Amino acid sequence: MTDDNLREMPCRELVELVTDYLEGRLSPADHARFEAHVADCEYCAEYLAQLRQTIRVLGRLPEESLSPEGREALLTAFRDWSRR
Amino acid sequence: MLAVALSRVESRAVAEEVVQEAWLTVLRDLDRFEGRSALRTWVLGIVVNLARSRARAERRSLPVPVESPGPVVDPTRFRPSDAASWPDHWALGPVRWAVPEDDLLAGETRRVILDAVAELPSAQREVLALRDLGGLTATETCNVLGLTDTNQRVLLHRARSRVRLAIERYLDATEPT
Repeated sequence: MTDDNLREMPCRELVELVTDYLEGRLSPADHARFEAHVADCEYCAEYLAQLRQTIRVLGRLPEESLSPEGREALLTAFRDWSRR
Repeated sequence: MLAVALSRVESRAVAEEVVQEAWLTVLRDLDRFEGRSALRTWVLGIVVNLARSRARAERRSLPVPVESPGPVVDPTRFRPSDAASWPDHWALGPVRWAVPEDDLLAGETRRVILDAVAELPSAQREVLALRDLGGLTATETCNVLGLTDTNQRVLLHRARSRVRLAIERYLDATEPT
């Protein structure tokens, strides 16, 4: 295990950088440290995987959240719009 | 649009009304759209404004959302900073969950996630709704909400971290391991 990677960016710090990492906003050096840490640390790898899954799940929430009546009203509005 | 509306008002029925009202506004004012922003940004701006005024009208006193500063993971989950070995590393790692996405989106877990989103401070909820539910880019979200790039990212980070924590807590309490 390459301890240096884990010491330079400890887990407590890494969890605060996950969004910056996912947004591609870490410096190249921090990006490399982040990935090296996650490769060596199963807890942080798990944390990152959970956050990614959370984001995917959030993205799918709206799929079914429009009620049939609401959908119908929107479709009607669209149809009226295209007729003008 | 529904995701944006939901970020401000409490119920889906109200959010759907807001979306319909927004469409009417869009149709009415389309001639006034000046092309200074992307059409999408303009439309979502209308939804945000309508949802905000609706939320104001519905709540007698709007509690001021307090941005909780501080870490997104309970500090006690980590080893002390002055520990002799592995300072600031996980003492107790994240609770593992091996739940397929479809299961997270169904039944009680879906309710837990929706509640976690609903309970976010409004600034975090708005950013999360636009980015993760609505699929807007960071730039679009900054434009719609009038946020700086850094603030947008901080709010998104806090919001996502809280939703993850809510899922972890729920599954930890219910999943036999």
